[in-house]
Amino acid sequence: MKHSISVTVNGVTHEASVDARTLLVDFLRDHLHLTGTHVGCDTSQCGACTIHIDGASVKACNMFAVQADGATIKTIEGRASNGTLQPLQESFKEEHGLHCGFCTPGMIMSAADLLQHNPNPSESEIRHALEGNFCRCTGYHNIVKAIQSAAQKM
Amino acid sequence: MGYIGSAVKRVEDKRFLTGKGQYTDDIVLPNMTHAVIVRSPHAHATIKSIDASAALAHPGVVAVFTGQDMVDDGIASLPNGWAIGEDQNEPPHYPLAPDRARHVGDGVAVVIAEDKATAMDAAEKVVVDYEVLPSVTSSEVAIAPGAPLVHDDAPNNTSFLWELGEKAATDEAFEKAHHVTTLEFVNQRLVANAIEPRSAIGDYNPYRDDLTLYTSSQNPHLIRLLMCAFVMGLPEHKVRVVSPDVGGGFGSKIFHYPEEVICAWTTRKLGRPVKWTAQRSESFLTDCHGRDHISKAEMAFDANGKMLGLRVKTLANLGAYLSTFSCAVPTYLYGTLLAGQYTTPNIYVHVTGVLTNTTPVDAYRGAGRPEATYLVERLVDLAAHEMDMDPAELRRKNFIPPDAFPYDTPVALQYDSGNYERALDKALEMIDYTKLREQQRKALLDGKLIGIGFSCFIEACGIAPSKVVGLLGARAGLYESASIRVHPTGKVQVFTGSHSHGQGHETTFAQIVATELGLDLGDVEVVHGDTGQIPFGMGTYGSRSLAVGGSAIVKALDKIKAKARKIAAHKLEAAEDDLEFTDGNFIVKGTDRSVAFGDIALTAYVPHDYPEGVEPGLEENGFYDPVNFTYPFGTHISVVEIDRETGKVDLLRYVCVDDVGNVINPMIVDGQMHGGIAQGIGQALYEGAHYDEDGQFITGSFMDYNFPKADALINFETDRTVTPCPHNPLGVKGAGEAGAIAATACVANAVMDALYHRGVKDLPMPLTPERVWKALNSNGHA
Ligand code: FES
Ligand code: FES
Repeated sequence: MKHSISVTVNGVTHEASVDARTLLVDFLRDHLHLTGTHVGCDTSQCGACTIHIDGASVKACNMFAVQADGATIKTIEGRASNGTLQPLQESFKEEHGLHCGFCTPGMIMSAADLLQHNPNPSESEIRHALEGNFCRCTGYHNIVKAIQSAAQKM
Repeated sequence: MGYIGSAVKRVEDKRFLTGKGQYTDDIVLPNMTHAVIVRSPHAHATIKSIDASAALAHPGVVAVFTGQDMVDDGIASLPNGWAIGEDQNEPPHYPLAPDRARHVGDGVAVVIAEDKATAMDAAEKVVVDYEVLPSVTSSEVAIAPGAPLVHDDAPNNTSFLWELGEKAATDEAFEKAHHVTTLEFVNQRLVANAIEPRSAIGDYNPYRDDLTLYTSSQNPHLIRLLMCAFVMGLPEHKVRVVSPDVGGGFGSKIFHYPEEVICAWTTRKLGRPVKWTAQRSESFLTDCHGRDHISKAEMAFDANGKMLGLRVKTLANLGAYLSTFSCAVPTYLYGTLLAGQYTTPNIYVHVTGVLTNTTPVDAYRGAGRPEATYLVERLVDLAAHEMDMDPAELRRKNFIPPDAFPYDTPVALQYDSGNYERALDKALEMIDYTKLREQQRKALLDGKLIGIGFSCFIEACGIAPSKVVGLLGARAGLYESASIRVHPTGKVQVFTGSHSHGQGHETTFAQIVATELGLDLGDVEVVHGDTGQIPFGMGTYGSRSLAVGGSAIVKALDKIKAKARKIAAHKLEAAEDDLEFTDGNFIVKGTDRSVAFGDIALTAYVPHDYPEGVEPGLEENGFYDPVNFTYPFGTHISVVEIDRETGKVDLLRYVCVDDVGNVINPMIVDGQMHGGIAQGIGQALYEGAHYDEDGQFITGSFMDYNFPKADALINFETDRTVTPCPHNPLGVKGAGEAGAIAATACVANAVMDALYHRGVKDLPMPLTPERVWKALNSNGHA
């Protein structure tokens, strides 16, 4: 049975009909073609799928699309306007906080959430906040630096 | 200088930072179907029958195929890319097992449906009648008499026996030894865990009779070659392989995988695109694993601590099938590195390649060289403790001196250059070694366990001189190609056979070309990962992209510059020899007459006033085949503290001095070090893949397989020395693997350094709190 949902994603409202079992991340990727939100695991651990729902970071693989009915969602595609990077994104570039880029959208979304709540995090607070975002490329060193430098700029 | 040597920010970052990267699973093709593979739940089982009727009846299912269907259609075994001796046993590896599943996760059938969820549902309805067979997962057990045979035609489950070095001379050295240090240890099985799961899409166009395969590979040209020539018998010119953005590889995406063939074959059967994307649990079961050695190693010393000999016996677990480069890893990328940085005059190594009912094992970051480094550096470290010498000084005493290069080791390599002492001294200074030892002593008085670990490592990379590897059994050349297209407006495209899956080639390679041609970085675009655009390529692994791929770019650049010079000489009415090329201008020496590179490009395409006998256009190919490996080296030092109550190991400092030769982009080189070090630390402290006695893989998810997260790591202190590679045009050596090669031994040594005084000689990795705690609480008898 299909369910009708209405979600606002990056400022655009979408009416859609989805299966009860469709994961929110699959809805974003397959129905809305927002493929910046990635899938890195099937146990809700890697954080590659991190998005914001009503302002808070959420793992989009850990939620059904129907549960997002009525929600306001922001994905990585909603961050830069007209291709101009936001300070956080700019810092990731400046500090070389990404290699393959696969974890990056989720990292940025988690880091943005952290900075919202804690505008001046310590190194250890950053490292703890990223526990649920796996990166196999960078060793996290430059990701931590990027978030520190973004905090200073913002 | 231009852009070379400067920390240019990466041009590829913008698309990744905005969610606009395009990984294979992001690609959607019209009319695309989705494949899910039915995998064996058993480690070893005969496939008695497969009943797909219920799956086929499931609404939305397009087709179900079995391994036998593929064999019947002429699909052959995936090839082994490197033969170890003429009598090597090379059992077949069909993309889907036709008659017998040989490891948990071995594919037996594929279900194709209109969408992935449907394919998953239907896959559960495929009824496979298995007869479970006895299985074996440990290499030690597999070669014992009476062990179940993974392949009936591979007696003793042995694929090859391999040896290197002089056995008699080495045995003799041991007889004369004053001291012998011995270790028996496991270099545990690891899972690479690139965060992007593997994915492939086959797209057959029946009207043009051509096939495009998108695949998350480090190696698109080689995949095309292997798939066309060996597995499917397809004409190569009708097949295009595209590896778009790839989310990390670390070796695990080098190899030709079954799913590539499955997608390529089924799209031809169905006339519709077929996409397969691994779930993480499938990645754990089917991405090739790494390491898995069981070794006994002994090092002989004279009374002054000079190394006399090294004797090694290793069982290398190859898994159920021979993956593409699996056989080269525990042999030519391992045994040849056992001299390390030292003048050990006699080395003998014997390796048995063993087949087991496990996921195939192949290259994982470092591939053979971390295993060699761990072995040598653990032995040296333990020896220093046993002989009551300072571990840094014991190493220094045995270093190959800087004036001894080129240096022939007893294990077949010729090291081209090096200055090991300089790197060691720099690292000692960075960590303030004397003071640190003092602090360690004081801390112990306060009951605190601090350990200091070293790793003075060497690697052979820039893989590889084709002639040499050909003699050693490689079934491919290991050169690289590049093509440079200068457009009429002077903008440049560089087509490289190297593949970037995080390494930043789009930036580093552009830095080289922009500098050489005197262009803005933005005027150069680097294209990679598409056999349809790039003449040829051998892909990215073995820290080869810059040393080999970058050198191929230089070759092509040389040709571009030579032709441009001819055109410039004509335009300036001067002799070619009278021209100098600086900052993008050809200048008649000693005059102010010049012509810009952009004008020459335009002239090449609008050749109205043009030199006699020169072809229009400005586009050149270059192939580069290295004359030797490159030999990055360095010293890594780590400091750890062990919590006495829990056994938990905390990293306090990690210092490294690496010598990767000339550096094009220091920011990227440091980044590669960070990532490699993190993976090396992972092996030392956290990671390990395990099978239970029934051959079930019990570390098959991120919940069960622990690799380091942000809160488990610290900031790394990186520095370098520069000893340029003497034999490639850029003087570069490669930086992708050094961190992973050095760090495991470095951190393991640090932990042991904190425990030696308790009578603990060695502990198995990963050095988990449980293991360390037990060692601390066993009254010195670990
Ligand atoms: S895909 Fe959501 S946490 Fe891994
Ligand atoms: S940049 Fe590759 S996983 Fe983080």
